[in-house]
Amino acid sequence: MDPWVHLAVAVLLPPFFGALVAVLFPARRTNLPWIAAVVSCGLAFFASVAGLIYAVTEGTVHYHLGGWEPPMGIELVMDPLSAFFCAVIAGVASFVFIHGKTVVERETPEKVIPFYSTALLLIGGLLGIILTGDLFNLYVFLEISSLAGYALVAIGDKRAPVSAFRYLILGTIGASFYLLGVAFLFMETGSLNMRDVAEIIPIAGDSPATVAGLILIVFGIGLKMALFPMHGWLSDAYTHATSTSTAIIAPIGTKVAAYVLLRTCFYMFDPEYVRNEIPLTTIIGFLGAAGIIWGSVLAIAQRDLKRMLAYSSISQVGYIALGVGLASPYGMIGAVLHTLNHAVMKACLFLVNTNILERFRHTHIPRFDRTYRIRMPWTMAAFTVSAISMIGLPPTAGFFSKWYLVLGSWERSNYLFLAVIVISSLLNIVYFFRVLEKVYLRTDGEPYDDRNEQEDLALKREEARGSMLFPVLFLAVGLLVIGLANAFIVTTFIRPMIPDGL
Amino acid sequence: MIDLIHDYYAYWAIMLLLVVGLYGMLMKKNLMKKVIGMIVFQNSIILLFVTAAFKWDATVPVLKEGIPGDVSSNYLNPLPHALMLTAIVVGVAIVGVAFALLIAIYRNFGTLEEGELTERMKGE
Repeated sequence: MDPWVHLAVAVLLPPFFGALVAVLFPARRTNLPWIAAVVSCGLAFFASVAGLIYAVTEGTVHYHLGGWEPPMGIELVMDPLSAFFCAVIAGVASFVFIHGKTVVERETPEKVIPFYSTALLLIGGLLGIILTGDLFNLYVFLEISSLAGYALVAIGDKRAPVSAFRYLILGTIGASFYLLGVAFLFMETGSLNMRDVAEIIPIAGDSPATVAGLILIVFGIGLKMALFPMHGWLSDAYTHATSTSTAIIAPIGTKVAAYVLLRTCFYMFDPEYVRNEIPLTTIIGFLGAAGIIWGSVLAIAQRDLKRMLAYSSISQVGYIALGVGLASPYGMIGAVLHTLNHAVMKACLFLVNTNILERFRHTHIPRFDRTYRIRMPWTMAAFTVSAISMIGLPPTAGFFSKWYLVLGSWERSNYLFLAVIVISSLLNIVYFFRVLEKVYLRTDGEPYDDRNEQEDLALKREEARGSMLFPVLFLAVGLLVIGLANAFIVTTFIRPMIPDGL
Repeated sequence: MIDLIHDYYAYWAIMLLLVVGLYGMLMKKNLMKKVIGMIVFQNSIILLFVTAAFKWDATVPVLKEGIPGDVSSNYLNPLPHALMLTAIVVGVAIVGVAFALLIAIYRNFGTLEEGELTERMKGE
């Protein structure tokens, strides 16, 4: 057997081993849990990048766990789509972990070991959802990642357990509806292997049970994805959790649900069928469009930076749903590229939020002023780059995913989606420029004179420490690199993902 | 209509359980009752899988002399039962986490009633 086939399992194992290693040696005053987290996420990242290159050049990897052939056994599938998502998740998680070293030790000193262990279980569960080729195995990984997610959200301020509980109730409803949908598909097709199901559905014909199964799956996953109007749990969960918990869950948690949506709608079912026979993707698209506007409007209303970013996550997930809703090659490119972009920029923004919180002890936007840019020039520069990317101005990454979505909407003559993308970019300008204005422009109306200059000169630079600054800068530079290299990423990696019939 | 009820009575019962569980989770104001609703809801799905695997005149999936194993109608499909064992384990883990969260909430705010909880959180 080709040894490269083992790359599929090499992505999945490091986080789970890391989670074990982190608790096995609970020696105080060592950085072992942190090292385990960074190393295992780094390994998973390199394995997924190698897997992505392998999948693009040599073809899809099917790894049969324990040597059992599907449909009896469970298989891991590493095609360009799954390898790409794994690379995004493991890569972003590595940077968040590097950044988290001092933050976790300060915010939750007595819970360092459980924190890294649960966070690695979360990453492992998310990678499992992406890699598995089995519907029920996906449910199990979904619950592994969700349970770890509830625990991570619950480690936070006094109100965190309440928001974690609400998240748990809604998350369980979502996962259970997914399981219900799987039950319907299983009854109809007699198989749980995704490839097998995809082959049987056209033979079994158009039955109400299959359609009901798909709708239940989409509904359950939509809840996990915080698709409008099922987004209620997200903002509280993200706001009350600790900085590093939020930074690890927010950029990647909802993306994985979006991946499941792509997988079920376009790979397991015939895209033509999902688009035309049952207008499911259209509904997803419209919900996404509504979520984009709603999330942006609520983000404008927030006065706390972290809460604003949480609401902006709802709107950004809407873009991915909108790309799925277009059900066209451009829509798919836009959705996948936006997953990468949003993961990088949201991670960067949440890490900047943490740096500001560490230095100034608050993230209340009305209290921001121009001293911030003098005291933390690099952090604020990274914030500016990611804000510009969120708004979608070239040459940052955010522009290009929106551009593909615009092309897709144009191609489908869907002018409503086009209008939504443009309006939401304007709304993004409103809520990000209000921060940038406070930091970079004077707002109190006085002219800038010598006295101000003296004050500014007297301020010392108090930039965040190296371990917290490096990931932020790297992600910010990454946004520019992704933006400039978008044509390469799209033609090399995303084009081969597009399934037949889309 | 009577046939529809009679032939699928198990599914009707499961649907009722499902709705009861969902109602408990979403509408009850006491967090403990929400957890109870969650348990009912999860178990209704487990029952659905098990019921769907049932066949008349079939026996447990252990090969027995005199009953040929290559005729699928002789034995029940063991796969749904095996899956549901996993689902039960997952369900127990979720209930465990839910109880842990309830304890944390009670320690922080001294109540599990939604209305009082919202009041006390505002007072913080």
